[in-house]
Amino acid sequence: MAPLPPTRLRAIALYKELHRLGRDYPNPGYDFHGKLRRMFERNKNLTDPAEIQRAFDLGEFIKKETLALYSLSKYRALKRMYPEEQSNS
Amino acid sequence: MHPTSARLLNILVPIKRTIDYAVKIRVNPQNTGVDTNVKHSMNPFDEIAVEEAIRQRERNKDAIKSIKVVSIGPPKASEVIRSALAMGADSGIHVEYPDSAPSPEPLAIAKTLKAIIEREAKEKNAPIDLVILGKQAIDDDAGQTGQMLAGLLGWGQATYASKVELDASGKSANVTTEIDGGSQQLKGQLPMVITTDLRLNEPRYASLPNIMKAKKKPVEKLSPSDLGIDLTPLLETIRISEPAKRQAGAKVETVEELVAKLKEAGFKAA
Repeated sequence: MAPLPPTRLRAIALYKELHRLGRDYPNPGYDFHGKLRRMFERNKNLTDPAEIQRAFDLGEFIKKETLALYSLSKYRALKRMYPEEQSNS
Repeated sequence: MHPTSARLLNILVPIKRTIDYAVKIRVNPQNTGVDTNVKHSMNPFDEIAVEEAIRQRERNKDAIKSIKVVSIGPPKASEVIRSALAMGADSGIHVEYPDSAPSPEPLAIAKTLKAIIEREAKEKNAPIDLVILGKQAIDDDAGQTGQMLAGLLGWGQATYASKVELDASGKSANVTTEIDGGSQQLKGQLPMVITTDLRLNEPRYASLPNIMKAKKKPVEKLSPSDLGIDLTPLLETIRISEPAKRQAGAKVETVEELVAKLKEAGFKAA
């Protein structure tokens, strides 16, 4: 039997990364892990390399967006906690 | 004390485990403290400090030898040490006090850090050249630890840094700090203490492989008595209460009603 295709490992790595990211999702009402799982399941039968690549790119994109969302929400929360003092002059 | 030739720098980053920034703080029913049975994470300003230490090393790879994080906290503070290690620090020190002990005050923390810095210089032969720490913790908001530490050590300090540039020779640092209505540039000799402000950088999110690698990095466990420090607070907290609830507003249907309400509230036409 041929060795496991590297796309399988890539997919698992991406899934793990996204799964860990989802643990910290700020809104508990948003079903991050469920959506993640369903998206991966929907793509499990892809065979066309171009399509597989597109799915990977989407996953990477979601990862970047989620990271940006986290850092932005943290920055905003801190900004709100410590507003700049208004100068009353 | 320090040899005059260019020497590799050792950076110490003190971090604190605080209640997560996203959690809504609730006062406990006995009015003695806040509910701590919630999600905790590293103090965001300390995250910025860890990130800055790592970025300094990325910028001048040969100048910085080690980045050490230290946390003084209950047993669970080891989690934040691990997350700092996952971001890219090299090793950690955990000064542990029991869960039941009250949270120590900035002066005690500064004394502990001083003891650690002296210990590093004497026993490990790795004198600390730079201490980078958050300007304040989001739980106590004291904003004193960095200043007290600099005072105790007799080092220079640059507080509320928004930009840090280490000199290539590793002897001095140019720091831009935030002050009322603008910024100021400070130049100081190492060793020094820098406290970070919000705009210094954006902390990275540790990647999964790095989180796994961080589990193997060394973390030293100490107790306050090992360092000859008493963490008992000098102040006594008498009572903690929530701010007064804002009164609910009401809708008025007509202008007349509004005028009547305003009159009732004591407003008069000018």
